[in-house]
Amino acid sequence: MNDSETLIRLTNAGIFKNKKWLVRDVDLEIKRGQIVTLIGPNGSGKTTTAKIALGLYKTISGRVERNTTKISYVPQKVSIDWTLPLRVADFMVLTQNLKVDDIDSALNLTGVQHLKDSNLRDLSGGEFQRVLLARAIAKKPELLVLDEPVQGVDFTGEVALYSLIKTISENLNCGILLISHDLHVVMSATDYVVCLNGHVCCCGTPRDVAESNPYKQLFGEKSAKLLSIYEHNHDHIHSSDGNIIKEVE
Amino acid sequence: MLDDFIVRAIIAGIGIALVTGPLGCFVVWRRLSFFGDTLAHSALLGVLISITLDINVSLTIFVVASLVAILLLRLERTTNLAGDSLLGLISHSSLAIGLVILGFLSFIRFDVMGVLFGDILSVNSNDLLVIWIGGALILVVLSYIWKPLFASTVNYELAEAEGMKPERVNAIFTILLAALIAISIKMIGVLLITGLLIIPTAMARNLSDNPRQMVILSIIGGLLSVLIGLYASFEINTSSGPSIVVVALILFILSLMRIRKKNYE
Repeated sequence: MNDSETLIRLTNAGIFKNKKWLVRDVDLEIKRGQIVTLIGPNGSGKTTTAKIALGLYKTISGRVERNTTKISYVPQKVSIDWTLPLRVADFMVLTQNLKVDDIDSALNLTGVQHLKDSNLRDLSGGEFQRVLLARAIAKKPELLVLDEPVQGVDFTGEVALYSLIKTISENLNCGILLISHDLHVVMSATDYVVCLNGHVCCCGTPRDVAESNPYKQLFGEKSAKLLSIYEHNHDHIHSSDGNIIKEVE
Repeated sequence: MLDDFIVRAIIAGIGIALVTGPLGCFVVWRRLSFFGDTLAHSALLGVLISITLDINVSLTIFVVASLVAILLLRLERTTNLAGDSLLGLISHSSLAIGLVILGFLSFIRFDVMGVLFGDILSVNSNDLLVIWIGGALILVVLSYIWKPLFASTVNYELAEAEGMKPERVNAIFTILLAALIAISIKMIGVLLITGLLIIPTAMARNLSDNPRQMVILSIIGGLLSVLIGLYASFEINTSSGPSIVVVALILFILSLMRIRKKNYE
């Protein structure tokens, strides 16, 4: 692959803090139009790896090359202080200047257009996630880092949002680093999977990973089977893409 | 006209209220009121150093307050004490050191009450210049860093990930706070400046549902507090600082009614 297509590359990246490795020896590469998913149990270093990629740590071991500055981030947890009155419309332009049309269409895509003038603190968990996602895609980033972007979203919405994420990566030709617990759904939308457990324990296409032994040890035979079931469903979800988005509207 | 101390006081007050409004919002949003208080307390030390060494008061206060801010950030990183304990430590130590130095300076006639609570009679046309030029500079810099500062107030990591350099704008904001204290001590005093920062902003929070509105209302609240407070101060001969803060408090109490109404709706 051409190097200019690579948006970000981690080489041997890791972080050593309070006398232990939070995560170590991570090799990871995201190209344009590619969705890379990080999976792994709690505390395996998924969020830490994403933050290393984003440059949020001052001292890391290894190397991170970033070839883009148009980065959008959906953090795992965002809490809005009650001292700060903030509407969805204000939040959309937090780090960027946007045209009204761009704001509206992004909110539309994630199905929360009607909440534009609501206060962020009045939103439900699922609505808030949709707003976070809308804000991240509104500026048409080249690299999108999503840390559990659909937590708290109901199941139908979850499937729709994952297929939206897939559409975004195709339409904007941007790279996406995705962290998720929803193995069964997320695999269908992923090009490359990195399975973390303090280090990269296996990686490859969803099918490769699902069939690999380390993965089965980490998540059990059951989820490996689950995964292949959803692999099978892949075409179906993918082809009904547009319909699902319409439903959300 | 500028010879009239009432006119000078009003012009000075308006200048300060225009700056405390927006800065106060960030102080409230970022929960920095005790931090602001600590910087303000160091101003007494600044005043005394400036008298002892015969250098410009505002400049000395600015330098001392900035040093205190740097010291705080250092200590926060190197000690195991919580932020509020450190603030208490620095805040009261600097106030105490100031007062001890004052004991040594018994040969100088020095109005402690004036520094603690503000002395509007002492505002001369030179001070007006400092307030308005300093205030304008603060506002220009603030508007320049507004977006990244606001973004990092909402979510630090998100701002940093998207290239807003929060560490730098936070440092600049601290310097602006020190500068505000430097230009406003004479008017409102060491012990009460945080009151003018916080109370009109708290009132604005009760009445607003978006950040822009809150900033505007906070400025209006500050202006009203200063104007009514000064008027009362001249009429019934009270200290200017406390009068201003009391008016701000009354405005805040009035704003609570709106909140009660909102909750019933």
